[in-house]
Amino acid sequence: MMSKAMSRRQVFFSIGGVAAAGVGMTLMPGLAKASPEEVQKAIKEMIGDTTPQEGKVSLDLPEIAENGNTVPVGVSVDSPMTQDSYVKAVHLMADGNPSPEVITFKFTPQSGRAEASTRMRLAQTQNVVAFAEMSDGSVYRAAQPVKVTIGGCGG
Amino acid sequence: MASKPRVRAPKSASKGEVVEIKTLISHKMESGQRKDSDGNVIPRQIINHFEARFNGEPFFIAEIEPAVSANPYISFYHQPQESGEYEFVWNDDDGSTYSKKSKLTVEG
Repeated sequence: MMSKAMSRRQVFFSIGGVAAAGVGMTLMPGLAKASPEEVQKAIKEMIGDTTPQEGKVSLDLPEIAENGNTVPVGVSVDSPMTQDSYVKAVHLMADGNPSPEVITFKFTPQSGRAEASTRMRLAQTQNVVAFAEMSDGSVYRAAQPVKVTIGGCGG
Repeated sequence: MASKPRVRAPKSASKGEVVEIKTLISHKMESGQRKDSDGNVIPRQIINHFEARFNGEPFFIAEIEPAVSANPYISFYHQPQESGEYEFVWNDDDGSTYSKKSKLTVEG
């Protein structure tokens, strides 16, 4: 018997919670977060041995993502975008996904502006990190945590 | 497996103006992380590469991983100096390519 004290909303949430957990179990068996070594390997593949500096990169992300299957992400880099000085690439990484790489945007001086956006899957609450490779070889980094309410499957 | 590439690009711009381009393609973006009801891994099938060209010259590229959501959306910018034609190309893991073209007139 259900307790009288349990409001309709509580009933709704408890049923919803069970349903969501059930879906999670069938869709994401053995979903593992990448190990710190895998994350380090992914970073090395993106930017080599260059030590990233802070600054120049801005991430546009929600603080809380209710649906981890589709989380909007935008990134912009402060750069004149001329032949002499431009952003070559921006790598986006999610360190709590089974595979940390998300997307690499490659720019040219013709891009006009080093800014791009997409939508990504986040398996759980984690940090989203952007690495920007500049034409002079320097690398800049920005990171932001995102709380994920219902994890996106795969990734 | 994919269909309906959609692009919102301007038809006209002034010389040196920075314009925004938005793209979307219908695709399941099967990550390769999921299993079917029998416990077999569903093979990965994603759009893995996107390229935006202007008069044949690539000016923006995206290397895409399975973490990108189904029906991948990408927005980015371009600074045209002359009139011409855009071509947007998506590459599927299965070897298919999808493309869409759009004309731009630059004034002044």
